[in-house]
Amino acid sequence: MDLSLFLQQLLNGISLGSLYALIAIGYTMVYGIIRLINFAHGDILMVSTYFAYFGISVYALPWWLSVIIAILLTALLGILIDLGAYRPVRHAPRISALITAIGVSFLLENLGLVVFGGRPKAFYRPDFLDKTYELGGVHVFSLSIWVPLVTALLLALVFLLLYRTRVGAAMRAVAKDMEMVQLMGIDVNRVISLTFAVGSALAAAGGIMWAMKYPQINPLMGILPGLKAFVAAVIGGIGNIHGAVLGGLLLGTTEILLVAFLPSLAGYRDAFAFVLLILILLFRPTGLAGKDTIG
Amino acid sequence: MQHKIIWLAAVSVFFCICLPFFLPSLSLAGEPIRIGVYLPMTGPVAAFGQMEWAGIQAAHQMRPTVLGRQVELVLVDEKSDRIEAANAVSRLLKKEKVQAIIGSATSSNTMAGAALSEKAKIPMVSPTATLPLVTQNKKYVFRVCFIDSFQGEAAARFAYQNLGARRVAVIVDRAQDYCVGLASYFKKAFTRLGGKVVSMAYCQTGDQDFSAQLTSIPASQPDLLYLPNYYAEDALIARQARELNLNIPILSADGAQAPELIKIGGKAVEGLYLLAHFAPEGAATPLAKEFMKFFKKTRHEETSGFHALGADAYFVLLDAIKRAGRTDGDAIRTALASTRGFGGVSGVIKIGPDGNAVKSAVILQVNGGQFRYLTIVKPW
Repeated sequence: MDLSLFLQQLLNGISLGSLYALIAIGYTMVYGIIRLINFAHGDILMVSTYFAYFGISVYALPWWLSVIIAILLTALLGILIDLGAYRPVRHAPRISALITAIGVSFLLENLGLVVFGGRPKAFYRPDFLDKTYELGGVHVFSLSIWVPLVTALLLALVFLLLYRTRVGAAMRAVAKDMEMVQLMGIDVNRVISLTFAVGSALAAAGGIMWAMKYPQINPLMGILPGLKAFVAAVIGGIGNIHGAVLGGLLLGTTEILLVAFLPSLAGYRDAFAFVLLILILLFRPTGLAGKDTIG
Repeated sequence: MQHKIIWLAAVSVFFCICLPFFLPSLSLAGEPIRIGVYLPMTGPVAAFGQMEWAGIQAAHQMRPTVLGRQVELVLVDEKSDRIEAANAVSRLLKKEKVQAIIGSATSSNTMAGAALSEKAKIPMVSPTATLPLVTQNKKYVFRVCFIDSFQGEAAARFAYQNLGARRVAVIVDRAQDYCVGLASYFKKAFTRLGGKVVSMAYCQTGDQDFSAQLTSIPASQPDLLYLPNYYAEDALIARQARELNLNIPILSADGAQAPELIKIGGKAVEGLYLLAHFAPEGAATPLAKEFMKFFKKTRHEETSGFHALGADAYFVLLDAIKRAGRTDGDAIRTALASTRGFGGVSGVIKIGPDGNAVKSAVILQVNGGQFRYLTIVKPW
């Protein structure tokens, strides 16, 4: 394998990895604040792509407007899910919340099948994202540049929110000690609702970027990105936001390099991600970036 | 006046309620014949299931009776999953007590269901399971499509002779028996013709990123990319190939003939060749003409390959029941096995050894966002 081929594969890996990272940010943020592994994250992502799809293809809105509306609607969906599913089990043992999350995930998938139908739909891609540049033998697809940029931007915004605003301070306080925060007269439910809104909006951003890169959406499309983002979040140390980005990039790059160097193992790339998950949980349960969680 | 209207309404409602009790005794004798259908209505290959179901329903509307009895269809979704396919067939056999089964669309899932219907001695007809293994050593399993040993050879000949290809790269979905089988038939035939498969890469159903496989391909300098996969993967592979500036022609297979290939693939699938079961331009039998007209009238849609084969599975089964004169499994099975020269929607069908249909294939090309008919390949 010559250098330009290697660079090309590395770029493919970074491009895929930054998508995982983008989705993992929301995953890990919700966990960091309320200690809930939100298994419905991938399915919220799926719903968001349908919101955008309906905006662009059915109501014929400009794509950027549809994306904004989709992100807002998805944030609202996050609040509703928290209200209907997670708030009632807030003080139950943590396993109840986990099982509820799995239930929400199934509910969204099957509602999707009933409402949107099982046949995949084609997703719109704006022209400026549909270009290929050539740089010294390496083909750079314009989306592959935009995805890491969006990831970096959202990462910065999440840090700003958490460490530079009052709401962020409240979120970090909830992460530390929910009961105590309640005693201090802060409306915990509102803080958590907002956390879900932000988490779901991040899922929407990730989902829409995903759908632009792989322009095919269906009601079960959220499962795999959701699982991969979960693995990425655990690799980076779940609850740790920059860890999630690191984990996502690592997972995407190793997956691509595995397929590139060992083509006969290509069918096992998903299995590989989960083997990686098991190894991390066995030998470094706090993840690579360690326990530097929100708070 | 008011009384009169109420009376009239009451009498007509009463009559309407009673109507079904009188009707069967007037026109039809006996119980309805129940035909079970199991197809992927959801999941990655839902397009096949939904198109075949539309074809079966239209065929049923056209010919709703046989032996003077009403035919009743019972549909179960197999969710593009082989375990669900086995569940679906066992439900059709045990709970719904059907007399014959139509299904399924893909080879792996048909094999999962076929084992059960073989044991229960209930005949099964698959519209589009093309893997040879599906019917091997099975007495009660049939199909109305050609098989992949024929398809692979036909694709290899077309690639070598018509496209002038000598070095072919292949990407195969390793999770599907159909794709793995087809790729190996193609490779065997293409090598025998004097060509070479220079690169063989693998993926999995549901994969979305193929950049790693595609990046490795140009090094082997192929002049054709062969994709024996289903439409969802093929559309994404085609798009990503063009994004990585891999601009060689693409040849695909019958599993790619769904409108989604073009909707998702967009400009990237323009010029793509595929080998398929049916093209409206090539349809010649009287039944095909009647069906296409009926389909257009009732569904406001042109007949596609999967519509045609769904309809053919129903028509061939109906023809067998008619010739058998009875509805027990063995009688229908014997009649199915002796189907000769049946003028179906997708062409003239002969059921050969192993319950396989012997028939021709067509080559299509995507042109201006549509599948266009290029040529026909006859069985040799």
